[in-house]
Amino acid sequence: MSAQFTQYLLTGLTVGAIYALVALGFSIIFNASNVINFAQGEFVMIGGMATVSLIAVGLPYLLAIPLAVAAAALVGLALEKFAVEPARGASVVTLIIITIGASIFLRGLATIIWDKRFHALKPFTGDAPITIAGATILPQSLWVLGVTLAVVLALSWFFGRTLLGKAMLATSHNRLAAQLAGINVRMVLFLSFGLSAALGAVAGILIAPITTTSYDVGVMLGLKGFAAAMLGGMGSGVGAVVGGIALGITETMSAGYLSSAYKDAIAFVIILAVLFFMPSGLFGKRGGERV
Amino acid sequence: MSLLRVEALSKKFGGVNAVEDLSFDIPPGVVYSIIGPNGAGKTTLLNLLTGIYQPSAGRIVFGGHDLTGRAPYEYANHGIARTFQNLQVFFNMSALENVMVGRYMQERCGLAAALLRTPRLARAEHACREEAAELMRYVGLHNYLSAAADAMPYGALKRLEIARALATRPKLMLLDEPAAGLNPTEALELDDLIGSLTGRGVTVVLVEHNMRLVMGVSDHILVLDYGRKLAEGPAATVRNDPKVIEAYLGSGVAAAAEMHR
Amino acid sequence: MLARLASPRTGGLLALAVVIALLPLALTNKYFYDIAVLVGLNAIVCVGLNLLIGYAGQISLGHAGFFGLGAYGSAILASRYGWPPLAAMLTTTLAVAALAYLVGRPILRLKGHYLAMATLGLGVIIFMVITTEDKYTGGPDGIAVVPLSIGGFVLQGERIWYWVVGALLLVAVWLALNLIESPAGRALRALHSSEVGAEVVGINAAEHKVMAFVISAVFASVAGSLAAHYSGFVTPGKVAFLHSIELVTMVVFGGMASTFGAVVGAAVLTTLPQLLAAFEDYEMMLFGAVMMGTMIFMPRGVVPSLARLFQSRRQQPSSGEGSGT
Repeated sequence: MSAQFTQYLLTGLTVGAIYALVALGFSIIFNASNVINFAQGEFVMIGGMATVSLIAVGLPYLLAIPLAVAAAALVGLALEKFAVEPARGASVVTLIIITIGASIFLRGLATIIWDKRFHALKPFTGDAPITIAGATILPQSLWVLGVTLAVVLALSWFFGRTLLGKAMLATSHNRLAAQLAGINVRMVLFLSFGLSAALGAVAGILIAPITTTSYDVGVMLGLKGFAAAMLGGMGSGVGAVVGGIALGITETMSAGYLSSAYKDAIAFVIILAVLFFMPSGLFGKRGGERV
Repeated sequence: MSLLRVEALSKKFGGVNAVEDLSFDIPPGVVYSIIGPNGAGKTTLLNLLTGIYQPSAGRIVFGGHDLTGRAPYEYANHGIARTFQNLQVFFNMSALENVMVGRYMQERCGLAAALLRTPRLARAEHACREEAAELMRYVGLHNYLSAAADAMPYGALKRLEIARALATRPKLMLLDEPAAGLNPTEALELDDLIGSLTGRGVTVVLVEHNMRLVMGVSDHILVLDYGRKLAEGPAATVRNDPKVIEAYLGSGVAAAAEMHR
Repeated sequence: MLARLASPRTGGLLALAVVIALLPLALTNKYFYDIAVLVGLNAIVCVGLNLLIGYAGQISLGHAGFFGLGAYGSAILASRYGWPPLAAMLTTTLAVAALAYLVGRPILRLKGHYLAMATLGLGVIIFMVITTEDKYTGGPDGIAVVPLSIGGFVLQGERIWYWVVGALLLVAVWLALNLIESPAGRALRALHSSEVGAEVVGINAAEHKVMAFVISAVFASVAGSLAAHYSGFVTPGKVAFLHSIELVTMVVFGGMASTFGAVVGAAVLTTLPQLLAAFEDYEMMLFGAVMMGTMIFMPRGVVPSLARLFQSRRQQPSSGEGSGT
């Protein structure tokens, strides 16, 4: 393995971890409600921008990060309460437009609360690169990988072991049956937006020291997170993580070895290719038609 | 010569055989009924006979053409029409337009003609409208000529599907439980309608639970159980077949139905 | 004769013609004419897109890509290579139709969110090719376009363009209304409601979806070409994801499966940002809020919602008659 390859792999893993977190957010909301939340990228933006502001007023990371995540979660809950809940039963297209409207609204709000400039966040623990097998990695990348791993483990514990998590999972499998079993389906929907928003915010805070953040950072991250979720199979948790990592690595590799100008296009070329040959993604449910 | 020939047809879902090694022939001009307990594979068979499902094994030959593996619209092109147990009415249109859609194969025209609405197309459209209205009257829907499909009662919608299927000018028409959900008067009226179809040159395959209707109109009956052929023959013979009586009235009925769900 | 005039087809077309003919009375300056031309161009795209989304029931989040290909195709062929603008436009349109056909076949097998993702991806890829291949497209800076000249006559100025675009919009609406009322159009509406139901009467659903996709791409491409010649300049902004979304929003806002709704949607949502510009910093936020608000409170769109209100007021007791146009 050449040092260059290792370098691309490490960078790809870091980016992929971020995509995975965003994709998980898409999947959780999709499972609870069948809604594709196009405002998912804006949670990423809110996480990063809010942390920048809180650090600027002198708070330490340990306080700023939980506050920023909580802020994003509140926005997520509000989005569900005021935009998605009132439109329940609307068509797919209508719901897509509502969440895109929300994303434009939140971006506009961000330009008013903050501004249209780029903001840097200082790394959590220094910026001296660490050398691994001839490649270098930033300490912040280790944070990204470590926190993503912790989040994935926490989520699998949550959905596998806790009553609330199981209730959310049950709702995704069969909404009516879950309701009959006494699960408050509306509450599940409500909470899923909060949880997804928190995940997005975590991603936004983790990546901000590496790529900087701005009011529109969520647009591309959101679309790529959507592509990652689709790649893994919409609604599959494992799929979202695998899809995110796979997308991150392929993107970095092809940018390195093929063409860096088309780096951002790679994700969409891959997703189109996959959809042509595997219309349900890598881990998606295959539904048959019943007449 | 038979109109429809089914040879060793099988359909597996996962490990379950919904239809297994089924062979039969339907001659032209008859009412051919397929009966059997719930879950015997009747609707699966109709889905196979219209290309909605692809068979796991076996062949479907219609009018001398092997249609196995073809798409549903190709089955229609060869002259097989059907109605559905779970209605597939176009609820975004008027009742009349539903029947006009059934005339698609005769009416279709080039894209240019459609975009420019050529005088010839306009005349054809007018004739199509007339013919659709005529078919609606034929199936007894004269009161719904200007109704929206989503404003019609269930019984009328079932007739609307028959009219739509007839509009395709089929050689073979598959009716999937036409009497289900109808009140006794409506069900009685169906006898005449189904009986008159053969007079129009349409061969009928009837899947139905209403035994009075089946025994009244059928020339020939195929009895399915667990996806296999249990009995087959003229209506009078099948009605007295001990195996059929056992399957329908025996203690195993409920259990058999449950196992196949 | 009177009944014919009152039918949604003929009556609506006449009403639209009257509006286009009389609107100049209210257009008191060039700026208003400019907005009216933009409305007309967007309306042409939306009338086509509505065939796909509203009638065939297939979503596309990438139609700005086709609009952009039309604009850049005309720009590159006519301005860089000196082709006659009409020949450039025709060639571009044919190329876009071919592309839509080739891509449409695999893409339209997908349903719902998967189709949304695939069309979105297609749009983003077109956008990125246009911004990256700056040798031909001028990259993010855009490219200047020669004016549209037809046999020596040069189309220039908002007023002339107003009449050209107005006439073309009428033609677009007429073509769309014809198609909807044809066997092919009924096939589209049928497969929207029940694909199996449509197939068993002999309709090749896949072929019809691709047909609607190609037609809508052609409408978008032609509007793109015209927009490029009209403004004399193209930038990648018109190809971006956000523009695709604006187009879909216009269709849904006006009312899906309503050709005149698509025109109304284009008119309102093209004019709105001009009005909101007065709010400066709040423009983006307000636009997002309007998008959310109308979809939450009028999920069926403005025109069908109003039509329903009007109908239920007029004829309380009788059951609903006829279906939408």
